[in-house]
Amino acid sequence: MPSEAAELVFDEATKVYPGRDGAAVDHLSLTVPAGEICVLVGPSGGGKTTALKLVNRLIPLTSGYIRIDGRQIGDYDVTELRRSIGYVIQQVGLFPHITVEGNIGTVPRLLGWDRKRIRKRTGELLELVGLDPEKDRRRFPAELSGGQRQRVGLARALAANPALMLMDEPFGAIDPIVRSRLQDEFLRLQQEIRKTVVFVTHDVDEAIKVGDRIAILREGGRLAQYDTPMQILEHPVDEFVADFVGRDRALKALALRTLGELELASPPGSADGLPRLPAETNLRDALALLVAEHREALLVVGTDGSPLGVATREDLLR
Amino acid sequence: MTGFGIVGGGPVIPNFGQGSTCEKNGGWFCTEWVREHWGDTLQPALVQHIELTVIAISVGFAVASLLALVGFRWRFVDPPLGAFSDFLYAIPSLALFQLLVPFTGLTVTTVEIALISYTLFILYRNMIAGLRGVPAETLEVARGMGLTRVQTFFRVELPLAAPVVLGGLRIATVSTISIATVAAFVIPKGLGEPILTGLQESFGTEILAASLLAIFLGLAADGLIALFQRRVTPWSRLT
Repeated sequence: MPSEAAELVFDEATKVYPGRDGAAVDHLSLTVPAGEICVLVGPSGGGKTTALKLVNRLIPLTSGYIRIDGRQIGDYDVTELRRSIGYVIQQVGLFPHITVEGNIGTVPRLLGWDRKRIRKRTGELLELVGLDPEKDRRRFPAELSGGQRQRVGLARALAANPALMLMDEPFGAIDPIVRSRLQDEFLRLQQEIRKTVVFVTHDVDEAIKVGDRIAILREGGRLAQYDTPMQILEHPVDEFVADFVGRDRALKALALRTLGELELASPPGSADGLPRLPAETNLRDALALLVAEHREALLVVGTDGSPLGVATREDLLR
Repeated sequence: MTGFGIVGGGPVIPNFGQGSTCEKNGGWFCTEWVREHWGDTLQPALVQHIELTVIAISVGFAVASLLALVGFRWRFVDPPLGAFSDFLYAIPSLALFQLLVPFTGLTVTTVEIALISYTLFILYRNMIAGLRGVPAETLEVARGMGLTRVQTFFRVELPLAAPVVLGGLRIATVSTISIATVAAFVIPKGLGEPILTGLQESFGTEILAASLLAIFLGLAADGLIALFQRRVTPWSRLT
Protein backbone atom coordinates (compact mmCIF):
# COMPACT_ATOMS: atom_id res chain seq x y z
CA MET A 1 0.00 0.00 0.00
CA PRO A 2 2.81 2.47 -0.63
CA SER A 3 1.46 5.96 -1.01
CA GLU A 4 2.79 7.84 -3.99
CA ALA A 5 6.00 9.71 -3.34
CA ALA A 6 5.50 13.44 -3.48
CA GLU A 7 7.34 16.08 -5.46
CA LEU A 8 8.81 18.76 -3.24
CA VAL A 9 9.43 22.28 -4.50
CA PHE A 10 11.29 25.08 -2.76
CA ASP A 11 10.33 28.32 -4.47
CA GLU A 12 12.32 31.35 -3.31
CA ALA A 13 12.01 29.94 0.21
CA THR A 14 13.54 32.38 2.67
CA LYS A 15 14.04 32.39 6.42
CA VAL A 16 15.25 35.39 8.29
CA TYR A 17 15.48 35.04 12.05
CA PRO A 18 14.32 38.18 13.78
CA GLY A 19 17.14 40.19 15.27
CA ARG A 20 19.81 38.46 13.24
CA ASP A 21 21.78 39.86 10.34
CA GLY A 22 21.23 38.18 7.03
CA ALA A 23 19.09 35.25 6.11
CA ALA A 24 19.43 31.68 7.37
CA VAL A 25 17.95 30.42 4.12
CA ASP A 26 18.13 32.85 1.23
CA HIS A 27 15.73 32.55 -1.72
CA LEU A 28 16.20 28.82 -2.02
CA SER A 29 14.67 27.38 -5.16
CA LEU A 30 14.98 23.74 -6.05
CA THR A 31 12.79 20.82 -7.01
CA VAL A 32 13.11 17.35 -5.57
CA PRO A 33 11.46 14.94 -8.02
CA ALA A 34 9.16 12.35 -6.50
CA GLY A 35 11.00 9.29 -5.23
CA GLU A 36 14.47 10.89 -5.20
CA ILE A 37 16.89 11.58 -2.38
CA CYS A 38 18.00 15.20 -2.20
CA VAL A 39 20.93 15.79 0.11
CA LEU A 40 21.39 19.23 1.63
CA VAL A 41 25.04 19.67 2.45
CA GLY A 42 27.29 22.57 3.33
CA PRO A 43 29.31 24.18 6.10
CA SER A 44 27.64 25.02 9.39
CA GLY A 45 25.73 28.25 9.02
CA GLY A 46 24.59 27.13 5.60
CA GLY A 47 21.02 26.76 6.75
CA LYS A 48 20.66 23.04 5.92
CA THR A 49 18.68 22.12 9.00
CA THR A 50 16.67 25.32 8.83
CA ALA A 51 15.72 24.53 5.22
CA LEU A 52 14.64 21.06 6.31
CA LYS A 53 12.53 22.30 9.19
CA LEU A 54 10.81 24.82 6.96
CA VAL A 55 9.21 21.89 5.17
CA ASN A 56 7.31 20.50 8.17
CA ARG A 57 6.81 23.99 9.53
CA LEU A 58 8.85 23.44 12.68
CA ILE A 59 10.30 26.76 11.52
CA PRO A 60 7.94 29.19 9.80
CA LEU A 61 8.86 30.61 6.39
CA THR A 62 9.65 34.31 6.21
CA SER A 63 8.86 34.54 2.51
CA GLY A 64 8.63 32.38 -0.58
CA TYR A 65 6.86 29.06 -0.96
CA ILE A 66 7.30 25.39 -0.37
CA ARG A 67 4.96 23.04 -2.19
CA ILE A 68 4.35 19.34 -1.74
CA ASP A 69 2.74 17.86 -4.82
CA GLY A 70 1.77 21.32 -5.93
CA ARG A 71 0.08 22.28 -2.67
CA GLN A 72 1.58 24.95 -0.48
CA ILE A 73 2.58 23.76 2.98
CA GLY A 74 0.79 26.74 4.51
CA ASP A 75 -2.49 25.41 3.14
CA TYR A 76 -2.28 22.22 5.18
CA ASP A 77 -3.39 21.92 8.76
CA VAL A 78 -0.01 21.91 10.51
CA THR A 79 -0.71 18.77 12.54
CA GLU A 80 -1.97 16.93 9.48
CA LEU A 81 1.06 18.09 7.48
CA ARG A 82 3.51 16.80 10.09
CA ARG A 83 1.75 13.47 10.44
CA SER A 84 2.05 12.97 6.71
CA ILE A 85 5.82 13.62 6.67
CA GLY A 86 8.36 11.21 8.13
CA TYR A 87 10.85 12.94 10.43
CA VAL A 88 14.18 11.52 11.58
CA ILE A 89 16.81 13.39 13.57
CA GLN A 90 20.38 12.69 14.61
CA GLN A 91 19.58 12.20 18.30
CA VAL A 92 16.74 9.90 17.23
CA GLY A 93 14.49 11.12 20.03
CA LEU A 94 12.79 7.81 20.70
CA PHE A 95 10.29 8.00 23.54
CA PRO A 96 12.16 6.23 26.35
CA HIS A 97 9.03 5.31 28.27
CA ILE A 98 7.40 3.24 25.58
CA THR A 99 8.51 0.10 23.81
CA VAL A 100 9.85 -0.16 20.29
CA GLU A 101 6.38 -1.16 19.16
CA GLY A 102 4.79 1.81 20.92
CA ASN A 103 7.33 4.18 19.40
CA ILE A 104 6.76 2.94 15.88
CA GLY A 105 3.00 3.05 16.35
CA THR A 106 2.95 6.68 17.50
CA VAL A 107 1.65 8.33 14.35
CA PRO A 108 -0.67 5.45 13.37
CA ARG A 109 -2.27 5.72 16.83
CA LEU A 110 -2.72 9.45 16.36
CA LEU A 111 -4.32 8.70 13.02
CA GLY A 112 -6.72 6.30 14.71
CA TRP A 113 -5.56 3.02 13.17
CA ASP A 114 -6.91 -0.04 14.96
CA ARG A 115 -4.66 -2.15 17.13
CA LYS A 116 -4.40 -5.06 14.72
CA ARG A 117 -3.35 -2.90 11.83
CA ILE A 118 -0.71 -1.13 13.94
CA ARG A 119 0.66 -4.45 15.13
CA LYS A 120 0.91 -5.77 11.61
CA ARG A 121 2.54 -2.58 10.37
CA THR A 122 5.06 -2.61 13.24
CA GLY A 123 6.09 -6.15 12.35
CA GLU A 124 6.56 -5.24 8.69
CA LEU A 125 8.64 -2.20 9.53
CA LEU A 126 10.86 -3.97 12.04
CA GLU A 127 11.63 -6.53 9.40
CA LEU A 128 12.18 -3.83 6.81
CA VAL A 129 14.80 -2.05 8.95
CA GLY A 130 16.52 -5.29 9.92
CA LEU A 131 15.26 -5.81 13.46
CA ASP A 132 13.60 -8.87 14.93
CA PRO A 133 9.81 -8.35 14.89
CA GLU A 134 9.27 -10.79 17.75
CA LYS A 135 12.21 -10.11 20.03
CA ASP A 136 12.73 -6.38 19.58
CA ARG A 137 9.09 -5.32 19.58
CA ARG A 138 8.73 -5.26 23.36
CA ARG A 139 12.12 -3.77 24.20
CA PHE A 140 12.61 -0.28 25.53
CA PRO A 141 14.88 2.17 23.69
CA ALA A 142 17.42 1.99 26.51
CA GLU A 143 17.91 -1.69 25.72
CA LEU A 144 19.01 -0.98 22.14
CA SER A 145 22.38 -0.03 20.63
CA GLY A 146 22.80 3.31 18.88
CA GLY A 147 22.44 1.72 15.46
CA GLN A 148 19.32 -0.17 16.50
CA ARG A 149 17.78 2.99 17.88
CA GLN A 150 18.32 4.81 14.63
CA ARG A 151 16.68 1.90 12.78
CA VAL A 152 13.67 2.21 15.08
CA GLY A 153 13.68 5.95 14.45
CA LEU A 154 13.57 5.26 10.73
CA ALA A 155 10.80 2.68 11.14
CA ARG A 156 8.83 5.15 13.25
CA ALA A 157 9.14 7.83 10.58
CA LEU A 158 7.94 5.36 7.94
CA ALA A 159 5.06 4.03 10.04
CA ALA A 160 2.17 5.92 8.47
CA ASN A 161 3.69 5.51 5.02
CA PRO A 162 4.52 9.15 4.38
CA ALA A 163 5.09 10.40 0.85
CA LEU A 164 7.97 12.55 2.04
CA MET A 165 10.77 11.93 4.53
CA LEU A 166 12.89 14.56 6.27
CA MET A 167 16.13 13.22 7.69
CA ASP A 168 18.36 15.54 9.70
CA GLU A 169 21.86 13.99 9.94
CA PRO A 170 20.27 10.63 10.71
CA PHE A 171 23.56 8.74 10.87
CA GLY A 172 25.66 11.56 12.28
CA ALA A 173 25.98 10.19 15.81
CA ILE A 174 26.83 6.63 14.80
CA ASP A 175 30.32 5.17 14.55
CA PRO A 176 31.77 5.00 11.02
CA ILE A 177 31.41 1.24 10.49
CA VAL A 178 27.79 1.05 11.58
CA ARG A 179 27.09 4.32 9.74
CA SER A 180 28.33 2.88 6.49
CA ARG A 181 26.17 -0.21 6.99
CA LEU A 182 23.11 1.90 7.82
CA GLN A 183 23.71 3.99 4.69
CA ASP A 184 23.82 0.83 2.58
CA GLU A 185 20.67 -0.51 4.20
CA PHE A 186 18.93 2.80 3.79
CA LEU A 187 19.76 2.86 0.08
CA ARG A 188 18.55 -0.72 -0.34
CA LEU A 189 15.37 0.21 1.53
CA GLN A 190 14.88 3.25 -0.68
CA GLN A 191 15.04 0.96 -3.73
CA GLU A 192 11.96 -0.71 -2.31
CA ILE A 193 9.95 2.16 -0.90
CA ARG A 194 10.92 5.00 -3.26
CA LYS A 195 10.12 7.88 -0.96
CA THR A 196 10.97 11.47 -1.66
CA VAL A 197 13.70 12.19 0.87
CA VAL A 198 15.37 15.36 2.03
CA PHE A 199 18.56 14.35 3.80
CA VAL A 200 20.77 16.78 5.68
CA THR A 201 24.43 16.03 6.33
CA HIS A 202 27.68 17.93 6.77
CA ASP A 203 29.65 15.00 5.38
CA VAL A 204 30.41 15.32 1.65
CA ASP A 205 31.16 11.62 1.30
CA GLU A 206 27.82 10.71 2.77
CA ALA A 207 26.13 13.20 0.43
CA ILE A 208 27.83 11.65 -2.59
CA LYS A 209 26.97 8.14 -1.49
CA VAL A 210 23.35 8.74 -0.54
CA GLY A 211 22.13 11.53 -2.80
CA ASP A 212 20.43 11.27 -6.16
CA ARG A 213 20.96 15.00 -6.16
CA ILE A 214 23.02 17.22 -3.92
CA ALA A 215 22.24 20.78 -2.96
CA ILE A 216 25.32 22.57 -1.68
CA LEU A 217 24.44 25.49 0.55
CA ARG A 218 26.94 28.16 1.49
CA GLU A 219 27.00 30.59 4.41
CA GLY A 220 23.87 32.68 4.54
CA GLY A 221 21.75 29.85 3.20
CA ARG A 222 22.45 30.49 -0.48
CA LEU A 223 22.36 27.61 -2.91
CA ALA A 224 25.78 27.18 -4.50
CA GLN A 225 24.99 24.22 -6.74
CA TYR A 226 22.21 21.69 -7.16
CA ASP A 227 23.17 18.73 -9.26
CA THR A 228 23.84 15.02 -9.39
CA PRO A 229 26.88 13.84 -7.39
CA MET A 230 28.81 13.15 -10.60
CA GLN A 231 28.14 16.60 -12.04
CA ILE A 232 29.16 18.25 -8.80
CA LEU A 233 32.41 16.29 -8.63
CA GLU A 234 33.31 16.71 -12.26
CA HIS A 235 31.93 20.18 -12.89
CA PRO A 236 31.84 22.23 -9.70
CA VAL A 237 30.39 25.62 -10.60
CA ASP A 238 32.86 27.63 -8.58
CA GLU A 239 35.79 27.66 -6.23
CA PHE A 240 33.58 27.28 -3.16
CA VAL A 241 31.98 24.08 -4.39
CA ALA A 242 35.31 22.69 -5.60
CA ASP A 243 36.87 23.42 -2.21
CA PHE A 244 33.91 22.00 -0.35
CA VAL A 245 33.87 18.67 -2.17
CA GLY A 246 37.61 18.45 -1.63
CA ARG A 247 40.89 18.14 -3.50
CA ASP A 248 40.23 14.46 -3.94
CA ARG A 249 37.03 15.04 -5.89
CA ALA A 250 38.50 13.22 -8.88
CA LEU A 251 38.99 10.17 -6.68
CA LYS A 252 35.48 10.55 -5.26
CA ALA A 253 34.15 10.64 -8.81
CA LEU A 254 35.99 7.37 -9.47
CA ALA A 255 34.12 5.82 -6.58
CA LEU A 256 30.84 6.53 -8.37
CA ARG A 257 31.73 4.37 -11.40
CA THR A 258 32.13 0.63 -11.56
CA LEU A 259 34.36 -1.55 -13.67
CA GLY A 260 31.27 -2.84 -15.44
CA GLU A 261 30.64 0.62 -16.91
CA LEU A 262 34.03 0.70 -18.70
CA GLU A 263 34.68 -0.34 -22.23
CA LEU A 264 36.90 -3.33 -21.63
CA ALA A 265 39.52 -4.79 -23.93
CA SER A 266 38.79 -8.42 -24.65
CA PRO A 267 40.78 -10.67 -22.35
CA PRO A 268 44.09 -11.74 -23.92
CA GLY A 269 45.15 -15.34 -23.65
CA SER A 270 47.75 -14.38 -21.05
CA ALA A 271 45.28 -12.85 -18.55
CA ASP A 272 45.97 -15.60 -16.04
CA GLY A 273 48.37 -13.68 -13.85
CA LEU A 274 46.19 -10.55 -13.60
CA PRO A 275 44.31 -9.70 -10.40
CA ARG A 276 40.62 -10.48 -10.81
CA LEU A 277 37.90 -8.10 -9.66
CA PRO A 278 34.10 -8.35 -9.98
CA ALA A 279 32.37 -5.94 -12.37
CA GLU A 280 30.53 -4.10 -9.58
CA THR A 281 33.81 -2.96 -7.97
CA ASN A 282 34.11 0.82 -8.11
CA LEU A 283 36.99 2.41 -9.99
CA ARG A 284 38.60 3.91 -6.90
CA ASP A 285 38.88 0.54 -5.19
CA ALA A 286 40.15 -1.00 -8.43
CA LEU A 287 42.81 1.70 -8.79
CA ALA A 288 43.81 1.30 -5.16
CA LEU A 289 44.40 -2.39 -5.79
CA LEU A 290 46.55 -1.74 -8.87
CA VAL A 291 48.65 0.81 -6.99
CA ALA A 292 49.06 -1.42 -3.96
CA GLU A 293 50.09 -4.44 -6.01
CA HIS A 294 52.22 -2.48 -8.52
CA ARG A 295 50.18 -3.79 -11.43
CA GLU A 296 49.22 -2.14 -14.70
CA ALA A 297 46.01 -4.00 -15.48
CA LEU A 298 43.33 -6.21 -13.98
CA LEU A 299 40.82 -8.75 -15.15
CA VAL A 300 37.13 -7.88 -14.72
CA VAL A 301 34.97 -10.90 -13.99
CA GLY A 302 31.23 -11.46 -13.90
CA THR A 303 29.27 -12.72 -10.93
CA ASP A 304 29.89 -16.30 -12.09
CA GLY A 305 33.63 -15.65 -12.26
CA SER A 306 33.80 -15.64 -16.05
CA PRO A 307 36.27 -13.11 -17.48
CA LEU A 308 34.59 -10.03 -19.04
CA GLY A 309 37.67 -8.14 -20.13
CA VAL A 310 40.82 -6.36 -19.08
CA ALA A 311 41.08 -2.83 -17.66
CA THR A 312 44.38 -0.94 -17.49
CA ARG A 313 45.31 1.97 -15.27
CA GLU A 314 44.69 4.34 -18.14
CA ASP A 315 41.23 2.86 -18.66
CA LEU A 316 40.35 3.54 -15.05
CA LEU A 317 41.56 7.14 -15.19
CA ARG A 318 40.16 8.04 -18.59
CA MET B 1 -1.46 6.15 81.30
CA THR B 2 -2.42 5.58 84.92
CA GLY B 3 -5.04 3.09 85.86
CA PHE B 4 -4.21 0.51 83.25
CA GLY B 5 -0.95 -1.00 84.43
CA ILE B 6 -0.85 -4.42 85.95
CA VAL B 7 0.15 -4.85 89.55
CA GLY B 8 3.46 -6.59 89.37
CA GLY B 9 5.08 -8.67 92.02
CA GLY B 10 8.26 -7.80 93.83
CA PRO B 11 8.97 -4.80 95.96
CA VAL B 12 6.40 -2.05 95.72
CA ILE B 13 8.02 1.29 95.19
CA PRO B 14 6.08 4.13 96.74
CA ASN B 15 4.42 6.62 94.33
CA PHE B 16 5.27 4.46 91.41
CA GLY B 17 2.07 2.48 91.86
CA GLN B 18 1.25 0.41 88.84
CA GLY B 19 3.31 -1.06 86.06
CA SER B 20 5.42 -4.09 85.44
CA THR B 21 8.66 -4.82 87.18
CA CYS B 22 10.49 -3.56 84.16
CA GLU B 23 8.72 -0.23 84.35
CA LYS B 24 9.33 0.05 88.05
CA ASN B 25 12.98 -0.75 87.63
CA GLY B 26 13.31 1.85 84.90
CA GLY B 27 14.15 -0.70 82.21
CA TRP B 28 15.12 0.90 78.92
CA PHE B 29 12.52 -1.00 76.93
CA CYS B 30 9.58 -2.85 78.49
CA THR B 31 7.90 -5.21 76.06
CA GLU B 32 5.12 -5.85 78.59
CA TRP B 33 4.17 -2.21 78.44
CA VAL B 34 4.07 -2.25 74.66
CA ARG B 35 1.87 -5.35 74.65
CA GLU B 36 -0.36 -3.84 77.28
CA HIS B 37 -0.78 -0.46 75.65
CA TRP B 38 -0.79 -1.40 71.98
CA GLY B 39 -4.57 -1.25 71.82
CA ASP B 40 -5.20 1.90 73.86
CA THR B 41 -2.17 3.99 72.93
CA LEU B 42 0.12 2.89 70.15
CA GLN B 43 -2.30 1.54 67.58
CA PRO B 44 -4.66 4.53 67.68
CA ALA B 45 -1.67 6.85 67.47
CA LEU B 46 -0.37 4.93 64.46
CA VAL B 47 -3.72 5.12 62.67
CA GLN B 48 -4.01 8.85 63.41
CA HIS B 49 -0.49 9.32 62.16
CA ILE B 50 -1.32 7.60 58.90
CA GLU B 51 -4.42 9.77 58.54
CA LEU B 52 -2.45 12.96 59.13
CA THR B 53 0.12 11.88 56.55
CA VAL B 54 -2.33 10.73 53.90
CA ILE B 55 -4.30 13.96 54.07
CA ALA B 56 -1.16 16.09 53.98
CA ILE B 57 0.32 14.19 51.02
CA SER B 58 -2.92 14.03 49.04
CA VAL B 59 -3.73 17.69 49.40
CA GLY B 60 -0.08 18.65 49.02
CA PHE B 61 0.19 16.61 45.83
CA ALA B 62 -2.95 18.19 44.39
CA VAL B 63 -1.85 21.72 45.24
CA ALA B 64 1.71 21.12 44.01
CA SER B 65 0.34 19.67 40.75
CA LEU B 66 -1.73 22.76 40.10
CA LEU B 67 1.18 25.06 40.93
CA ALA B 68 3.54 22.98 38.79
CA LEU B 69 1.16 23.11 35.82
CA VAL B 70 1.08 26.87 36.10
CA GLY B 71 4.82 27.17 36.71
CA PHE B 72 5.57 24.86 33.78
CA ARG B 73 3.18 26.50 31.36
CA TRP B 74 4.17 30.05 32.25
CA ARG B 75 7.86 30.01 32.97
CA PHE B 76 7.93 33.45 34.52
CA VAL B 77 5.78 32.37 37.48
CA ASP B 78 8.08 29.44 38.30
CA PRO B 79 10.74 31.47 40.18
CA PRO B 80 8.24 33.18 42.51
CA LEU B 81 6.33 29.93 43.12
CA GLY B 82 9.59 28.09 43.76
CA ALA B 83 10.77 30.80 46.13
CA PHE B 84 7.44 30.72 47.95
CA SER B 85 7.66 26.95 48.47
CA ASP B 86 11.26 27.37 49.67
CA PHE B 87 10.11 29.98 52.12
CA LEU B 88 7.34 27.77 53.54
CA TYR B 89 9.77 24.89 53.88
CA ALA B 90 12.27 27.07 55.71
CA ILE B 91 9.86 28.07 58.53
CA PRO B 92 10.57 26.03 61.66
CA SER B 93 7.53 23.83 62.26
CA LEU B 94 6.98 24.86 65.86
CA ALA B 95 7.05 28.50 64.86
CA LEU B 96 4.60 27.83 62.05
CA PHE B 97 2.17 26.21 64.48
CA GLN B 98 2.52 29.23 66.73
CA LEU B 99 1.73 31.51 63.83
CA LEU B 100 -1.32 29.51 62.78
CA VAL B 101 -2.95 28.80 66.13
CA PRO B 102 -4.45 32.31 66.51
CA PHE B 103 -6.26 31.79 63.22
CA THR B 104 -7.11 28.12 63.10
CA GLY B 105 -6.84 27.12 66.76
CA LEU B 106 -5.57 23.88 68.22
CA THR B 107 -7.05 21.85 65.41
CA VAL B 108 -6.18 19.30 62.76
CA THR B 109 -6.44 22.14 60.25
CA THR B 110 -3.49 23.90 61.85
CA VAL B 111 -1.42 20.76 61.68
CA GLU B 112 -2.41 19.98 58.11
CA ILE B 113 -1.68 23.48 56.87
CA ALA B 114 1.82 23.13 58.24
CA LEU B 115 2.37 19.62 56.92
CA ILE B 116 1.01 20.50 53.47
CA SER B 117 3.26 23.55 53.33
CA TYR B 118 6.27 21.35 53.89
CA THR B 119 5.32 18.88 51.14
CA LEU B 120 4.92 21.65 48.56
CA PHE B 121 8.61 22.44 48.35
CA ILE B 122 9.70 18.90 47.52
CA LEU B 123 6.71 18.03 45.34
CA TYR B 124 6.65 21.27 43.37
CA ARG B 125 10.39 21.32 42.78
CA ASN B 126 10.39 17.71 41.63
CA MET B 127 7.42 18.15 39.34
CA ILE B 128 9.00 21.12 37.62
CA ALA B 129 12.37 19.36 37.39
CA GLY B 130 10.70 16.26 35.95
CA LEU B 131 8.76 18.15 33.32
CA ARG B 132 11.74 20.32 32.39
CA GLY B 133 14.00 17.29 32.25
CA VAL B 134 12.37 15.86 29.15
CA PRO B 135 15.11 15.86 26.48
CA ALA B 136 14.79 18.60 23.87
CA GLU B 137 15.16 16.12 21.00
CA THR B 138 12.27 14.04 22.30
CA LEU B 139 10.06 17.12 22.31
CA GLU B 140 11.27 18.17 18.89
CA VAL B 141 10.44 14.79 17.40
CA ALA B 142 7.05 14.79 19.11
CA ARG B 143 6.31 18.13 17.52
CA GLY B 144 7.72 17.07 14.17
CA MET B 145 5.57 13.94 14.16
CA GLY B 146 2.44 15.99 14.63
CA LEU B 147 1.60 15.63 18.31
CA THR B 148 -0.39 18.61 19.52
CA ARG B 149 0.73 20.54 22.61
CA VAL B 150 -1.78 18.69 24.79
CA GLN B 151 -0.85 15.29 23.33
CA THR B 152 2.81 16.08 23.91
CA PHE B 153 2.08 16.89 27.53
CA PHE B 154 0.07 13.77 28.31
CA ARG B 155 1.91 11.28 26.14
CA VAL B 156 5.47 12.47 26.50
CA GLU B 157 6.18 15.06 29.17
CA LEU B 158 4.01 13.66 31.95
CA PRO B 159 5.13 10.01 31.67
CA LEU B 160 8.76 11.06 31.34
CA ALA B 161 8.45 13.26 34.43
CA ALA B 162 6.86 10.42 36.42
CA PRO B 163 10.06 8.91 37.90
CA VAL B 164 11.22 12.29 39.23
CA VAL B 165 7.73 13.17 40.49
CA LEU B 166 7.39 9.80 42.26
CA GLY B 167 10.89 10.24 43.66
CA GLY B 168 9.70 13.53 45.14
CA LEU B 169 6.60 11.83 46.47
CA ARG B 170 8.77 9.31 48.32
CA ILE B 171 10.86 12.00 49.97
CA ALA B 172 7.82 14.12 50.81
CA THR B 173 5.98 11.17 52.34
CA VAL B 174 8.88 9.99 54.48
CA SER B 175 9.63 13.50 55.70
CA THR B 176 5.95 14.20 56.40
CA ILE B 177 5.73 11.04 58.51
CA SER B 178 8.71 12.28 60.47
CA ILE B 179 7.55 15.89 60.79
CA ALA B 180 3.97 14.87 61.72
CA THR B 181 5.21 13.76 65.15
CA VAL B 182 5.50 17.45 66.00
CA ALA B 183 1.73 17.74 65.54
CA ALA B 184 1.40 16.54 69.13
CA PHE B 185 2.32 20.04 70.29
CA VAL B 186 -0.99 21.19 68.82
CA ILE B 187 -3.35 18.24 69.01
CA PRO B 188 -3.14 14.93 70.89
CA LYS B 189 -2.95 12.91 67.72
CA GLY B 190 -0.41 10.80 65.92
CA LEU B 191 2.74 9.09 67.08
CA GLY B 192 4.03 12.38 68.46
CA GLU B 193 1.53 12.08 71.29
CA PRO B 194 3.08 9.01 72.99
CA ILE B 195 6.53 10.45 72.33
CA LEU B 196 5.56 13.67 74.06
CA THR B 197 3.95 11.81 76.95
CA GLY B 198 7.02 9.65 77.26
CA LEU B 199 9.21 12.72 77.34
CA GLN B 200 7.09 14.34 80.04
CA GLU B 201 7.14 11.20 82.15
CA SER B 202 10.72 10.33 81.32
CA PHE B 203 9.47 6.96 80.20
CA GLY B 204 11.88 5.59 77.59
CA THR B 205 9.76 2.67 76.47
CA GLU B 206 6.94 4.85 75.23
CA ILE B 207 9.30 7.21 73.37
CA LEU B 208 11.17 4.34 71.82
CA ALA B 209 8.08 2.34 70.82
CA ALA B 210 6.39 5.30 69.16
CA SER B 211 9.60 6.35 67.45
CA LEU B 212 10.17 2.85 66.12
CA LEU B 213 6.63 2.84 64.77
CA ALA B 214 7.23 6.17 63.04
CA ILE B 215 10.44 4.84 61.51
CA PHE B 216 8.74 1.64 60.44
CA LEU B 217 5.88 3.61 58.93
CA GLY B 218 8.29 5.84 56.99
CA LEU B 219 10.23 2.89 55.63
CA ALA B 220 7.06 1.01 54.71
CA ALA B 221 5.61 4.02 52.88
CA ASP B 222 8.90 4.54 51.07
CA GLY B 223 8.98 0.90 50.02
CA LEU B 224 5.38 0.95 48.83
CA ILE B 225 5.87 4.02 46.67
CA ALA B 226 9.12 2.56 45.33
CA LEU B 227 7.26 -0.61 44.33
CA PHE B 228 4.56 1.46 42.67
CA GLN B 229 7.23 3.42 40.84
CA ARG B 230 8.76 0.23 39.47
CA ARG B 231 5.40 -0.96 38.30
CA VAL B 232 4.36 2.19 36.47
CA THR B 233 7.76 3.22 35.09
CA PRO B 234 9.52 -0.05 34.29
CA TRP B 235 11.64 1.73 31.70
CA SER B 236 13.19 4.16 34.18
CA ARG B 237 15.50 1.54 35.65
CA LEU B 238 17.06 0.95 32.25
CA THR B 239 18.35 4.44 31.60
